[in-house]
Amino acid sequence: MKPNTQQLNNLTIQVRRDILRMVHAVNSGHPGGSLGCTEFLVALYQNLMDRKPGFDMDGKDEDIFFLSNGHISPVFYSVLARSGYFPVSELATFRHINSRLQGHPTTHEGLPGIRMASGSLGQGMSVAIGAALTKKLNKDSHLVYSLHGDGELQEGQNWEAMMYASAYKVDNYIATIDLNGKQIDGPTDEVLNMGSIRAKFEAFGWDVLDIEKGNDIEAIIAGMTDAKSRTGKGKPVCVLLHTEMGNGVDYMMYSHAWHGKAPNDEQLANALAQNYCEGESDY
Amino acid sequence: MPTAYSYIKKTKMKKYINTGNKDTRSGFGAGLTELGQKNENVVALCADLIGSLKMDDFKKNHPERFFQVGIAEANMIGIAAGMTIGGKVPFTGTFANFSTGRVYDQIRQSVAYSDKNVKICASHAGLTLGEDGATHQILEDIGLMKMLPGMTVINTCDYNQTKAATIAIAEHHGPVYLRFGRPSVPNFTPENGTFEIGKAVLLNEGTDVTIVATGHLVWEALVAAEALEAKGISAEVINIHTIKPLDEEAILKSLAKTKCIVTAEEHNILGGLGESVSRVLALNKPAPQEFVAVNDSFGESGTPDQLMQKYKLNNQAIVEAAERAIKRK
Repeated sequence: MKPNTQQLNNLTIQVRRDILRMVHAVNSGHPGGSLGCTEFLVALYQNLMDRKPGFDMDGKDEDIFFLSNGHISPVFYSVLARSGYFPVSELATFRHINSRLQGHPTTHEGLPGIRMASGSLGQGMSVAIGAALTKKLNKDSHLVYSLHGDGELQEGQNWEAMMYASAYKVDNYIATIDLNGKQIDGPTDEVLNMGSIRAKFEAFGWDVLDIEKGNDIEAIIAGMTDAKSRTGKGKPVCVLLHTEMGNGVDYMMYSHAWHGKAPNDEQLANALAQNYCEGESDY
Repeated sequence: MPTAYSYIKKTKMKKYINTGNKDTRSGFGAGLTELGQKNENVVALCADLIGSLKMDDFKKNHPERFFQVGIAEANMIGIAAGMTIGGKVPFTGTFANFSTGRVYDQIRQSVAYSDKNVKICASHAGLTLGEDGATHQILEDIGLMKMLPGMTVINTCDYNQTKAATIAIAEHHGPVYLRFGRPSVPNFTPENGTFEIGKAVLLNEGTDVTIVATGHLVWEALVAAEALEAKGISAEVINIHTIKPLDEEAILKSLAKTKCIVTAEEHNILGGLGESVSRVLALNKPAPQEFVAVNDSFGESGTPDQLMQKYKLNNQAIVEAAERAIKRK
């Protein structure tokens, strides 16, 4: 039984609490993008993906996901833990020494749920394409998903990957772009204006759709269900997910200031008060 | 089109016979062809250099397992890393420069740090690429690759050994850098011989000096050993095809007899085989060491033999280095 919308929304708030507490505890990490993608990852792991119980690296006969913008590891770790990949209590070790929860995700420490290291930007699309090609060779009809920052698209490797995916009809793959319009140094339009990302993907031969309400669970599920229906038709699928960086914490929203900054004690208390959830189960 | 080192005059020696000059890249192609037949998980990727890498046969025999990625090496490495998820064993093929320096961070994060079973196969390494010049003659690739934790680094010496190594690395789980070259060079190791990763091959026993060589310099070391013998010097020659993990035991065992060593490689003196050997000596048994390597410079255009003479990477250079090492004992 898939969780209903209310349960998903409740889990979203719990994940936000995890993110805030994780980055606060080590006074480092990236809350802004994590909070912006919380609804997406909750929907992906709790509703959209066809996953097998447990974890194995090969991910045969199940949908698999790659996080390319690895700096939003707090949301990834929280969603993985709360989807049963490893104990929720382990979230307390985030960015500590001897932890499996490294600052950026890695396979190196054997954390279940992670299939590829990421953090150095721009590499995830190529990797996801490779995994999608292997699924085709293995006659595995499951899908490959990936998530990328919009600022991350400034890395050239993405465009090599985009060219390849359409030229070779990698149509068992859905790449989602976190379109929050912000990166470390400021608005993406000011740092390096990329013009229309939709037009660029379309020009590269992709089937592109927008999810305008990228922080709304129901809108995400509807949009991603549409995206899934477009797979298998000869084109890779791109979802432009319109999100708000820092979503759910009023003082973090509408700014790039919280891209890579942790809240202090007072700010944490304020943020947690804004994110009360029924049956709260903080680690 | 240069096809041979013209300075390699000697083709038959007491112990080793050159069965005919062949390029090491063709050994890679032959090995890949054989792998294609016997291991259905082997896939091959190429960045617009199928002919240069001799991947034509694999492509023809297994079109569904061959992936032409175009001139986009970073994407090729990423795709290869992703293809391992689900059990494929990807072999990537391009020139050594574009296999390493151009894609260092892709290899570092997506392959080495992620412990992916990717075989990075690199042709046209070193000066013997010839006329294309320094843009393509990478002399730093061994250093770049050996610094990556978990990466196995192999530099084969002839056609037969390259073929055997190509087949062997498919059975080894983990990232591998396999380095070979463009020119036709003597083919003298056993046909269909076994290749043991990390195990040095003793080619010639001797007592006065140890010559440790890799890649195209191995044959040169054998020629040098005979020249030294004519001068009354007994040289032990070891083929170090695997630079990482290095067969420290073989080196130390030989050194216990000879008390001095020469390293020979088609690579920058910084970061190559020579420095790996120096580390072994420093930690275990300090001894005089002389380096036959490129002295921290870029290459240039020229024929392979002109370049190997100018940059002192031939048998004469090895003889001189051996004499210097013996004097320092």
